[in-house]
Amino acid sequence: MLSQDALKRIDREIAKYPPEHKQSAVMASLAIAQEETGWLSNDTMEFVASYLGMPAIAVFEVATFYNMYDLAPVGKYKITVCTNLPCALSGGYDAAEYVQHKLGIGFNETTPDGKYTLKEGECMGACGDAPVLLVNNTRMCSWMTPEQIDKLLAELK
Amino acid sequence: MLKIDQPMHIKPQILANLEGEKSWRLKDYVARGGYAALRKILREKTPPEKIIAELKESALRGRGGAGFPTGLKWSFMPKQYAGEKYLVCNSDEGEPGTFKDRDILRYNPHMVIEGMAIAAYAMGTARGYNYIHGEVWDVYLRFEEALDEARAGGFLGQKILGSDFSFELFAHHGYGAYICGEETGLLESIEGKKGQPRYKPPFPASFGLYGKPTTINNTETFAAVPWIIMNGGAKYLEVGKPNNGGTKIFSVSGHVNRPGVYEIPMGTPFARLLEMCGGMRGGRKLKACIPGGSSMPVLPGDVMMQCDMDYDSIAKAGSMLGSGAVIIMDETTCMVKALQRLSYFYFEESCGQCTPCREGTGWLYRVVHRIEHGEGRPEDLDLLTSVSDNIAGRTICALGDAAALPVKSFVKHFRPEFEYHIENKKCLVPVDVQRAGSRIYVEHAAC
Amino acid sequence: MLELEIDGKQVQVPEGSTVMDAANKIGTFIPHFCYHKKLSIAANCRMCLVEVEKAPKPLPACATPVANGMKVKTRSEQAVTAQKGVMEFLLINHPLDCPICDQGGECQLQDLSIGYGGSASRYQEEKRVVVNKNLGPLIATDMTRCIHCTRCVRFGQEIAGIMELGVANRGEHSEILAFVDRTVDSELSGNVIDLCPVGALTSKPFRFSARTWELSRRKSVSPHDGLGANLVVQVKLNEVKRVLPLENEDVNECWLSDKDRFSYEALNSEQRLRRPMLKQGGQWKEVDWQTALEYVANGFKAVAASHGAASIGALLSPHSTLEEMYLAQKLMRGLGSENVDFRLRQRDFSLDGKAGATPWLGMPVADFARLDRVLVVGSFLRKDHPLLAQRLRQSAKKGSQVSLIHATADDPLLPLHASMTVAPAAFAASLAQIIKSVAEQKALAFDNALYQQTQTLPVSAEARSIAASLISGARVGIFLGNLAQQHPAAGQLAALVQELARLLGARFGVLGEAANSVGGYVAGALPQGGGLNARSMLEQPRKAYLVLHAEPELDCANPLLAAQALSSAEMVVAMSAFQTRASDYADVILPVAPFTETSGSFINTEGRVQGFNAVVKPLDQTRPGWKVLRVLGNLLGLAGFDFESSEAVRVAALGGERASVADRLRSDVGAVAVILATTSSAVERVADVPIHFADPIVRRAPSLQRTRDACAPTARMNTATLGRLGLNGREKVRIRQGQGEAVLESVVDEAVADGCVRIAAAHETTSALGDMTGPITVERI
Ligand SMILES: Cc1cc2nc3c(=O)[nH]c(=O)nc-3n(C[C@H](O)[C@H](O)[C@H](O)COP(=O)(O)O)c2cc1C
Ligand code: SF4
Ligand code: FES
Repeated sequence: MLSQDALKRIDREIAKYPPEHKQSAVMASLAIAQEETGWLSNDTMEFVASYLGMPAIAVFEVATFYNMYDLAPVGKYKITVCTNLPCALSGGYDAAEYVQHKLGIGFNETTPDGKYTLKEGECMGACGDAPVLLVNNTRMCSWMTPEQIDKLLAELK
Repeated sequence: MLKIDQPMHIKPQILANLEGEKSWRLKDYVARGGYAALRKILREKTPPEKIIAELKESALRGRGGAGFPTGLKWSFMPKQYAGEKYLVCNSDEGEPGTFKDRDILRYNPHMVIEGMAIAAYAMGTARGYNYIHGEVWDVYLRFEEALDEARAGGFLGQKILGSDFSFELFAHHGYGAYICGEETGLLESIEGKKGQPRYKPPFPASFGLYGKPTTINNTETFAAVPWIIMNGGAKYLEVGKPNNGGTKIFSVSGHVNRPGVYEIPMGTPFARLLEMCGGMRGGRKLKACIPGGSSMPVLPGDVMMQCDMDYDSIAKAGSMLGSGAVIIMDETTCMVKALQRLSYFYFEESCGQCTPCREGTGWLYRVVHRIEHGEGRPEDLDLLTSVSDNIAGRTICALGDAAALPVKSFVKHFRPEFEYHIENKKCLVPVDVQRAGSRIYVEHAAC
Repeated sequence: MLELEIDGKQVQVPEGSTVMDAANKIGTFIPHFCYHKKLSIAANCRMCLVEVEKAPKPLPACATPVANGMKVKTRSEQAVTAQKGVMEFLLINHPLDCPICDQGGECQLQDLSIGYGGSASRYQEEKRVVVNKNLGPLIATDMTRCIHCTRCVRFGQEIAGIMELGVANRGEHSEILAFVDRTVDSELSGNVIDLCPVGALTSKPFRFSARTWELSRRKSVSPHDGLGANLVVQVKLNEVKRVLPLENEDVNECWLSDKDRFSYEALNSEQRLRRPMLKQGGQWKEVDWQTALEYVANGFKAVAASHGAASIGALLSPHSTLEEMYLAQKLMRGLGSENVDFRLRQRDFSLDGKAGATPWLGMPVADFARLDRVLVVGSFLRKDHPLLAQRLRQSAKKGSQVSLIHATADDPLLPLHASMTVAPAAFAASLAQIIKSVAEQKALAFDNALYQQTQTLPVSAEARSIAASLISGARVGIFLGNLAQQHPAAGQLAALVQELARLLGARFGVLGEAANSVGGYVAGALPQGGGLNARSMLEQPRKAYLVLHAEPELDCANPLLAAQALSSAEMVVAMSAFQTRASDYADVILPVAPFTETSGSFINTEGRVQGFNAVVKPLDQTRPGWKVLRVLGNLLGLAGFDFESSEAVRVAALGGERASVADRLRSDVGAVAVILATTSSAVERVADVPIHFADPIVRRAPSLQRTRDACAPTARMNTATLGRLGLNGREKVRIRQGQGEAVLESVVDEAVADGCVRIAAAHETTSALGDMTGPITVERI
């Protein structure tokens, strides 16, 4: 189901918690699985459930509770733009609009070539750098002026 | 790699002397005098009670939002407890407007580790976790690296620095849920569940992580500890104001020229802070300010200008210092639109377990949304206040209050603007004026 | 004790109580939805907010611990404002279609909204709609009505022991569901219907068939397992429409197993018999009762005259009532035959005639729930005794240690201290290991003959761990489950358990298999002095049989033997509520009432006599069994058959007005020689009686027959066994057992003890096989 490398990473996460609390590693395991498989399919969630010895529905609860898990396929690049108030005051909406315009898609949509998915995000804890956006859950891009956005999109091919 | 701009801080304690690309590394931290406090208590075998007493004297108040006295919180941990006890750091930083913990962890992670190790020593805990906001992934990775350094350097793990004291510390990342900043939601999340807050009592000090006694503090709170240990509680208190010890890191966002983090002594006038931020963007006038993160009541600009930046002064003005997130709004701001965005946030982030919050946040958002879109009704403003009252104080955690307070305060302080919106079905602030406020507004025709 | 004041009334409650507990104690009602006395505190509905003096805001009564001197107001302005506020929130997204909701009339939300709801809604936005879920054949959903109290989720986690439902998403998008369209398969699942305070989870079989106010409610007792759960049977127009639990803390608490709850569907099924029938010239003919009973009386007389009374035998279902069993044995004895038995699945009768051998739980259920060390031998715990297993689950949560010896390692959904998974043939040796280890650890001597045999017996780590656990307990109980009671060496197992209990100073007993496993003994429905037991009546076929409520081809230990004996008899009289295979071999079929259509009593496994009355009139020509037997006695001219009522029969059965059953309940089996079997290399069968095949009623309950617990039997074995047999676990195999054979699907199941094949009994597809345990051959087709 997952690669040896992913399992090794998951095992490292499990080791952070007392042995009887393997379930604590579920968030990290899902993140690692998602990184590897692109999104969380039912099979993936079931695999994680059995790997951690927890009920599948409990994994599903977690996967649907936290924003950054994708329970449906997303584009190669998932771009999440923060539009919360502090960001909005410094152009969060404008940045979002600009990206939408450039990609020709709205929030929660994927470009027809499957390359980009756009999401609206909540506060990312980087309001001083507004506008900010997040690429594939891991890469935070700050001060995203239209020029910066152009540059980023050119890089994300 | 960013460089912390020293003049941005007055008497910095946490963000002091952070120069150079890699200054977050262990070597540089030690060169700055890092881990001296930990070394000192281990060498002197300082009695734990003495550390807690020192903290009490310092008047350090929790930097996570509630401002609870830290020394007092630490004293709640049962001393003679047979099983495991836990220490947890709250770096979930999801409160809109707050971004200080990110910078602390980016530029000075070892200070948090040291603070936690001292706390662990003082409370007799052998294991800790730092819960890091999911969206700041690079910070999580860096903290993991810092942990490795600290372990290798003998500052974490078994028999720290050759003493009898052992403390294991691990990083746990979030994955996008504001509610995990609430301490018991955070604990549930570490346990591998949905981050739904627990009803209190019992409090974490008796029933925390895995049901064991647990102390949880904010990142900045822990980061303040080494300084206090090295310089003494009295010194710390002196830096700030009575009952409001030390410096505080403010996250300033919105319509200022230099948004960013500013570490200043408690009690510094707001006007001074504004000045440090390079003043209002475009020289416009301060219309409103949320002084403590989006969950706190908004204050009109003129009220704000009279405030000092400390817990008591802001409380007197009718808001709260919260997490120290200062959201600055100038006259280009449409207050209805601003509230709409905030209400959406709480609606979106409610964990959904308790009725008033699950049902009420959506209701509030829909009504504000309706007003913003020209479908408001005259009775809506009283409805908003009444629904807010039915949420506040009736929920398991304070998210209910966090959703209600902004609504009530926006309606209270900017009622005419809301009424204008309802009556005229459009913003009081013309749309092109609103656009001028944005840092990067791009004309649609152009793109 | 703490003292507080609620609405001006003083109350004293123990430390650790909540305000809700205190209010309950004085009968003060505080509105609530999420609170349930058997579930953990969620405090999420916020309906129970009350005013507490000095508290700055209203507090939830369900979660607020009582402090000494507290002053609580449940109806003050602050409290009522808060409660009304919550009610408004609950209603804004709740459909206002009570008239078409199945919960209508018994909805807590509807009831409370009358007191706390506003008259007009201030909420003018669109209401939320939630898609429905398919949770299986028993639970209907209408998820838009859900108020997110999470009782159903907590029930799964805490009571059923398995988390099948959860709350997905968050905030307003929260919804109750199972993992991707899975069904809810717990054998206790139906309880969520009772727990759901609104119409989100309702009974699928009952759906839309009646309104609560049209139903009359009558008490009854479940006829299915040894517990005898108390029931409220709801009736409309002389038809059972629904079964709910009748709360009885000492028996079923407030729970029912799905079998208890949904089996009633069979009572209204097409398969009910309606009239007495006679087979004449190979043809079945409906006749009147007089004709039928005269035929039976004459038939028995004729058989007795030509072959002797001992050529008549009676096979009684252990689910028959005490009264039926009493009269049936009296009838047989009146005819001069000692051949009567109700222990149809039993194979070893070596304890018959031994002092005091009336197997029972050995203690009240209430004590069972308080044991701190438990060993269960040979039990499909969850499926055989769903609610007793639930009791163990709760006590395990409080720290009691439960260990098992069994042939399959099915998950009992409770934390086990240790378990030994071995072939049935090795049960005795496993117990002997534990005895040896206990004796060693406590430096005690034990039965010499056994001691000699255990000298070379290696003690496994599990046995030692179980021994240590049992030794460390203060309240220790050891129990034989159904498989152990059905075991070919059941007597020896009982003796071993007795010896182990003696060493430990523990109590021991059996987990009673059927509704009247104890009642049959009390009624004397077993042979004495040379009579034939259930087994020998089949091994030495009789000329005539009386079969009461049983389907011997499914209910006997060896169905093949039963079918052969019955088909070769001259006369078989079948008394049953249902059409059965008796039409193949019987000569007379008499429609007798199921438990809902007769009065009677069951004695449960703790020896509790539970009487009940008919809740509906018998269907068509159906008659209560006790009346039929009484008339038969009269027709046969036997003395002592002039009972006026079933109560009179019960008094006679119990041995007098004031006779106590307790005096007769004795588990001790006296001295029994134990010979530890040498294990054979043969492949051994292990048969469970699946929960929804276990008796004629449940077999015919359509909804239960659609659950996972009712899937057809397969041949299950572990990979090692499969390997030795050259199988892959996905093929058709032929099973041979003595003269019997069956073709089944092989399935990999690592839980089955090595060398064993698990093949369920009590099902058509395996009724051509022999005994429930013993050697079999398996070959690929
Ligand atoms: C909805 C909600 C969100 C919160 N978010 C945070 C947060 O992001 N970071 C934080 O440190 N505290 C947060 N808190 C406060 C914590 O519950 C807790 O009080 C704090 O971590 C304690 O640390 P302190 O005593 O050092 O302030 C939040 C509280 C609530 C009710
Ligand atoms: S389905 Fe019923 S029991 Fe479950 S949470 Fe909803 S209202 Fe509660
Ligand atoms: S009954 Fe107390 S909060 Fe639900």
